[in-house]
Amino acid sequence: MSDDRRLTGPAQVPAHEWPLWEVFVRPRRGLSHSHVGSLHAPDAALALRNARDLYTRRQEGVSIWVVPAAAITASSPDEKDAFFDPAADKIYRHPTFYEVPDGAAHL
Amino acid sequence: MTSFDEVLGLGDDALIAAQRLGQWCARAPELEEDVALANIALDQLGAARLLLTYAGELEGAGRDEDALAFRRTDREFRNVLLVELPDRDFAVLIAKLLFLSAYQRLRYESLAAGDDERLAGIAAKTVKESAYHLDHSALWTVRLGDGTEISHARMQDAVDEVWPYTHELFADAPELRAAWLSTVDGVLTEAMLRRPEDGWQPTGGRDGRHTEALSYLLAEMQVLHRAHPGAHW
Repeated sequence: MSDDRRLTGPAQVPAHEWPLWEVFVRPRRGLSHSHVGSLHAPDAALALRNARDLYTRRQEGVSIWVVPAAAITASSPDEKDAFFDPAADKIYRHPTFYEVPDGAAHL
Repeated sequence: MTSFDEVLGLGDDALIAAQRLGQWCARAPELEEDVALANIALDQLGAARLLLTYAGELEGAGRDEDALAFRRTDREFRNVLLVELPDRDFAVLIAKLLFLSAYQRLRYESLAAGDDERLAGIAAKTVKESAYHLDHSALWTVRLGDGTEISHARMQDAVDEVWPYTHELFADAPELRAAWLSTVDGVLTEAMLRRPEDGWQPTGGRDGRHTEALSYLLAEMQVLHRAHPGAHW
């Protein structure tokens, strides 16, 4: 369970290493920010600049978010079954019980 | 009419700065900074190519960017001494980049509004890059200057060491120094660094009289082209 941050708290960063940041980029207006990767930086301002250099140098984005990796609470792979499996067998959660009216093209 | 020498000086500043920055490749303190410095080096190289191509056309002697970059000796280079100085450590690199990019941003800004349309086009494209280089070097100046006791001392040493060479930047454009000082002063103050007194003002770069550091830099930059003239990838 060592990868479950809810149990272990923020990852301890060795003093000589820059902390890890997760990077989210919005490819263009109207779309939401998506996770593109991570990087090391000593603080938020430099994390933003590093993200610009590493993830948007070919004009991939119009907006960048950087988040300290330690601030992210992640679900644990060990709890995958308890978290996600029940969704699959509850067929009433999936909208398959009604006819799509004629002429409603884009539902 | 813009002169060959003026455009050559701007192009050589960018080319030699690019070569110095490129020497940090795989040597920067962190991978992320390595990529950032390489990006800045490539920006400078891109500007150098446009400027040297234009300089070659102004000269009208059939020299292209490669002929100007790879087949001149040190005495024929017109860059300021600042860009050829060795980067003794990361602080010196940052001090040089801060002073250079603050100058380049102002210089390109004024050229972008100038009469020479070709040069104005190159400057308008490049000035945005200079603003980013200034931002990057200013952030590092503040972090080192206002960091630990050791980083402060080394950043102050770097600023003191490089300061005399900044005067030469304004030999061609003295009207820009007041605005440059105001930008640089702001960064130094935020970084808790002392602005050095104006004293010794070494010059000669624009006339082809360089430090010995340029010869070593050119030897490395030109060796392949001189060994295999006209070679292509």
